[in-house]
Amino acid sequence: MRELLRRLGAAFSRVAAIAGVRDLAYSVFAVFLALGVGALLIFAFGYDVGRAFSALFQGAFGSVRAVSQTLTRATPLLFTGLAVAVAFKVGLFNIGGEGQMYWGALASAVVSLALVGLPVFFIIAGAVIAAALAGALWGVVPGVLKAQTGAHEVITTIMLNSIAVLGTTHLTANYFKAPGAVDQTMRLPVEARMPHIIDGTGIGYGIVIGICVVVAVHWLFKRSSLGYDFQAVGFSPGAAAYGGIASKRMIVLSMALGGAMAGIAGSMVVLAQLGRFVTGFSPGYGFTGIAVAVLGRTHPWGVLLAALLFGALEAGGMTMQLSARIPNDLMTVVQGLVILFVAAPGLMKIFPSLRPKGGTKESSHVA
Amino acid sequence: MPAVELKNISKRFGSTVACDQIDFTVELGEIHCLLGENGAGKSTLMKILFGLYSADAGSVVLRGTELSLRGPSDAIAHGLGMVHQHFMLVDRMTVTENIIAGQETTRHGLLHRSGARDDILALSRRYALHVSPDSLIEDISVGEQQRVEILKALYRRAEILILDEPTAVLTPQETAELFSIIRKLKQDGKTIILITHKLRETMAISDRVSILRDGRCVGTLETAKTSPEELARMMVGREVLLRVEKTPMQRGESVLEIKDLEVDSPGGGLHKVSLELHAGEILGIAGVEGNGQLELEEALLGLREIRSGSVVLRGKDITGAPTKLRRMAGLAHIPSDRLRRGLVERFGAGWNLILGSQWQWPFARRGVLQPKTIEENARTLIRDFDIRGASGAVDAGDMSGGNQQKLVLARELSREPEVILACQPTRGVDVGAIEYIHNRLVKKRDQGKAVLLISAELDEVRALSDRILVMYEGQIIAERPENCDESELGLLMAGHTVERAEGAAQAVTTDTGQKGAIDA
Repeated sequence: MRELLRRLGAAFSRVAAIAGVRDLAYSVFAVFLALGVGALLIFAFGYDVGRAFSALFQGAFGSVRAVSQTLTRATPLLFTGLAVAVAFKVGLFNIGGEGQMYWGALASAVVSLALVGLPVFFIIAGAVIAAALAGALWGVVPGVLKAQTGAHEVITTIMLNSIAVLGTTHLTANYFKAPGAVDQTMRLPVEARMPHIIDGTGIGYGIVIGICVVVAVHWLFKRSSLGYDFQAVGFSPGAAAYGGIASKRMIVLSMALGGAMAGIAGSMVVLAQLGRFVTGFSPGYGFTGIAVAVLGRTHPWGVLLAALLFGALEAGGMTMQLSARIPNDLMTVVQGLVILFVAAPGLMKIFPSLRPKGGTKESSHVA
Repeated sequence: MPAVELKNISKRFGSTVACDQIDFTVELGEIHCLLGENGAGKSTLMKILFGLYSADAGSVVLRGTELSLRGPSDAIAHGLGMVHQHFMLVDRMTVTENIIAGQETTRHGLLHRSGARDDILALSRRYALHVSPDSLIEDISVGEQQRVEILKALYRRAEILILDEPTAVLTPQETAELFSIIRKLKQDGKTIILITHKLRETMAISDRVSILRDGRCVGTLETAKTSPEELARMMVGREVLLRVEKTPMQRGESVLEIKDLEVDSPGGGLHKVSLELHAGEILGIAGVEGNGQLELEEALLGLREIRSGSVVLRGKDITGAPTKLRRMAGLAHIPSDRLRRGLVERFGAGWNLILGSQWQWPFARRGVLQPKTIEENARTLIRDFDIRGASGAVDAGDMSGGNQQKLVLARELSREPEVILACQPTRGVDVGAIEYIHNRLVKKRDQGKAVLLISAELDEVRALSDRILVMYEGQIIAERPENCDESELGLLMAGHTVERAEGAAQAVTTDTGQKGAIDA
């Protein structure tokens, strides 16, 4: 058994070593491992594994509707994932995606309602920009606290999440409430919502906006002086200071940028899913974004792939529950396992030849 | 029967071969130096001997018995002791507590501290390892901490003692004391293995020397029958010039004036530091590490707050200026902490070579990096400065110490600076690269640039400097000319006053003429 595992791992890492895709390969491997364990669980609970996976696949990719479901769920996760990834490049853990997203969602709802009547392009543009600004402002708060006082961003962003959720509830209930029992804004007319790429498919422009942002973020880190500064601060604060980089400014800027990403996530939910702001609407997109960023190794394209995977698992999980009567919770377990395998490289050491990248670092300390 | 026999030892880390079929034998009761450049595999080999790493192949034989050591505690049980480069002591505990930690003797279930204390005192008297058993580690000097480490090993009945670069942190006087301790240990029948890359020390202390290069043992020699030149050649694999060739200085105008600099720091800070650096000279600052050099370095770079005093660079007051401005005003800096300050380990050579210029033409245009110029720049500098292993996407952190330092040097010198602040420029760098770095600095000086050299290596300061300032406890306590007396400098570094140092130096030279550590 152990020999088999070793060979499997060796073969896999040979493939992975090609073209420096080791990180990607590692994540893919973790996904398959998690799905494998998921299959065992499904089997253990007495369900039909084949049926479960076929339902999962059908629900995620089996039809145009399924694909649209996957993309609709993936889009907010893509942005909350980027919110974490961007801050992480500067060495910060932005756990505040949830709160930043709430402000973004409320801002986009209010602005798009105000813009109703204009061509849909302007409504969407206005709503997304407003969401980005609102999220950025909420991201700046922990950024400034970190830069000026050293307050740890994990603590502050977690606290600010609660304030954001309750703050948006307060504002909605008191100022933007639509008539009715639920604390929510007015409904956006259908023609003011995220348009579909091809009519009738349900596939909206959200994912297109997402891909554009991924390209922009990738460019920022690979080709811009600002991205250089971000990463220098993230990798080596000492060297950054030495190189004349204003670390504090980079901390605030990256949190603003991360906040903007999370804010846009909120606008995606409002414009493409709910059609309005509903208090307490999020099933934890901001937190799942952390998992997405980890799985995507904080690389923008990696985050996109990870978001698509999570979107697919959620869309497919729903179908699995409906048609095969297997609890959707199992897919949440699979998501959890993916993260466990990615974030705890030690677990992967059962495959002796497949060690995460950091494992070879010892070699540089040979003296 | 030899004390230690390592046979055919191999060890790999990923794709790096740290030890390649090394045979290494140490006779009972000898002082054996393990000489080699950084990355030659010295520490790895000794960590295998000490049970910290397990070898991929080969065997460890101690006094004729083949062993497979499962860990350091196993090694200790077999009479091995190791003093690491970075001491493993608990700062807030006393000397005694540190020595007995893990080996506590008890009486009626209680710690029997006084008994242990007596044992330690006896040991320290026997080998002249002077420490006070009740002091806290944080209150004693580095030299004393090292003695505590040695005592720790002896207390655990070590017969074979491995010392990893023991002189790296010591003053010349402390080194001399350490060497006399080592000789006493030898007289007492102990076997000593010294890991080092310093030729002088090898010549001074060892009976035999084994030279490692690129993970292989290239020879074992009797010290008395070899020369530093031969050792250097074996270490590097080619002829090495051990002396710096220097023409007389062409001193120009003053380019850097520091006046009454006061800097606060938990380590002691700076007090009334004044100096003047001229174009075309190398001004050396000698001193044992931790006497304000780091504070001076950081204050000059704008990385540490200056309480009072002034720094004027080429007529411009930069006392409170941000780092960026200082660098733009013509200050280049080779930082003492290469890994923490000098480069971003996760960046490749290309990006590291533009650190500090990432917003400036021609590397960037309106905030957009220009990959072509960056690559071109990297290619040129890698060629000109002979930086190895920096191709393509290799992270700087994966390069060898010498090449990392060349990377920093290449970046800083290519900025066409007027003033070069070179801090520990050859720390952790091998003999071949040291020669190269020294020549580069001298070349800049010959071109009329000013170099402020801060170094804990007395040899280096003496070889390069046109003038030497001695720093002690945050003050500049003496200025000495180019070819001043070495033992006098050593005494000044240890905080002796000028008059006493002069007297003592004379006493040393007129004294017994005994072959000590310093004059070897």
